[in-house]
Amino acid sequence: MDPGRVSLEQVNDAVSSLPAPTRAPFGERSFKYLLVGPAIFVLLLIGVFPLVYLLIVSFQSITMTEVNTDFAGAANYTQLFADARLWQALLHTLIITAIALPLELVLGLAMAQLFLDRLPGRAIFIALLVLPVVVSPIVSGATWSLMFNHRFGPINQIIGWFAGRETILLWSINPGLVYPAIIAAEVWQWTPFMFLLLLAALGNVDRSQLEAAAIDGARWWRTFSRIVLPAIAPVMTVAILIRGLDLFRLFDIVWALTQGGPGTMTETISVFTYVKGFQQFETSYTAAVALLVVVLLSMVVMYLLRKMELAR
Amino acid sequence: MTTLARRRAVLALRIAAAVALTLVFMFPIYWLFMISFKTAGEIYAFPPKWYPGQFNLDTYRVLFKDGDATTVGNSLIVAFFSTLLAMFLGFICAYSLARFSTGGKHLANWIVSQRMIPPIAVVFPIFLLYVFFGLVDTYIGVILLYTAFNLPYVIWMMRGYILDVPRALEESALVDGCTRWQVIWRVVLPMCRAGLAATTIFTFVFAWNDFIFALVLTRTEVATYTVQITHYFGGQSNFWGKISAMSVLGTLPIFIVTAFMQRYFVRGISLGAVKG
Repeated sequence: MDPGRVSLEQVNDAVSSLPAPTRAPFGERSFKYLLVGPAIFVLLLIGVFPLVYLLIVSFQSITMTEVNTDFAGAANYTQLFADARLWQALLHTLIITAIALPLELVLGLAMAQLFLDRLPGRAIFIALLVLPVVVSPIVSGATWSLMFNHRFGPINQIIGWFAGRETILLWSINPGLVYPAIIAAEVWQWTPFMFLLLLAALGNVDRSQLEAAAIDGARWWRTFSRIVLPAIAPVMTVAILIRGLDLFRLFDIVWALTQGGPGTMTETISVFTYVKGFQQFETSYTAAVALLVVVLLSMVVMYLLRKMELAR
Repeated sequence: MTTLARRRAVLALRIAAAVALTLVFMFPIYWLFMISFKTAGEIYAFPPKWYPGQFNLDTYRVLFKDGDATTVGNSLIVAFFSTLLAMFLGFICAYSLARFSTGGKHLANWIVSQRMIPPIAVVFPIFLLYVFFGLVDTYIGVILLYTAFNLPYVIWMMRGYILDVPRALEESALVDGCTRWQVIWRVVLPMCRAGLAATTIFTFVFAWNDFIFALVLTRTEVATYTVQITHYFGGQSNFWGKISAMSVLGTLPIFIVTAFMQRYFVRGISLGAVKG
């Protein structure tokens, strides 16, 4: 291109990089608040008001049988620390996250690597592989509970083929099998999410660096760990955090597969909160639990926001 | 081995792996869909039958006759109107954030953080509030909640798309005598058509697929398809056909829609963090 000529894009860039006028013209000042007003109002009503309400209720002692709105001090909060079932629910949530998340990441990365280069029918494969992501989690939970049925489900049947004899594994009852069942459903649904994000990230890795490494005779692992991994790290972080947040509030899949059972063995923090609030009606205590969840999550969210700004 | 033969072998291996993976990931969906076409005898056959003898639509007929299928209509109503509302409110808010940096970085961050509050923590006080105002099991109650739940997503996504629109275009429209309001609708809106479409679809899918809000806030009148599915849980396993058929009714529309939006998928599900 003629170096003396200036393209339209360059003009646009130059104009948009100019500092915005410091004082908006008359009317614009109120106009900008008018635009955000309705949205903020809805968010305050549905997002912030509930939290304030939770805070108030958590200092009262409302239960199914008694509506006592007297100030109860920190009774509900001290109960939090003594509630073994609550901390177990947190532990269950962390266990599922700690196993499912790395599985999704590694599997997703391997799949992204597989589909990175040209492949016949690539677009069709990808279109089919993303389908689990848009299935409602309650539907995928239901699907897997049908699949895991000990008698009429195909999974025991397939295992039976490999084992060479009829195999009856009780996936929703046997304590050693419920977690693998939940994690299988979770990994099935969300590995494609990781796959898609990482595929996009891998596609954006600087080709010239890879070629230079190839010319220098670098081995695959060295190229991967020194060039590819650092390049996709921001996207990987965002993907991990988004999935981590989702896993932390995991509800639907567990609800469909085990309802937290057997006993309370697979109760996640969301399932626990639901049972306390809507089945046992311990209103005030549930409020304290919900606030605890919000506080724990907020910390992760702060971190996530910073990372998302980085990845943009 | 020559390089050519080696390349061919690698390609063949990759195709084989791709086919195997796709089969594994598609299998649960296949299994779910097939159950809806099976007769009760085929559903409860041992060993399990992998395909129905014939495409039997009896389960669907029963769902439509008993009115269970109307829950899909409820899903459509609440998802449609909440999406419409969230898109409108979200778009104008996003414009203000993108162009005037209204509220600075803090407001933008606060808005997106709203999205990450766990539903269970919000739905509990909302339920108590709705009981008070008589909004439980009403369209308005559910639509309002979905709107609020989706707003942060819409604002965040649209802010990103609006930032991509060159400022110069707006400036020249303003110079030509357009008001800001006209600029928003005549210049900015058409420029982010693609982003609007993608965001609309994802917003719709979130509302359509939600379970926990609907579980708490609906009873019978406005129960969505996801809630209806769980009504068949637990009892005798005679309801498998219904679980499956309801799931197909709720899932198929989403599959069809997503087929048309592959291009925007990555940016949509990564909350705009990854521009695919």
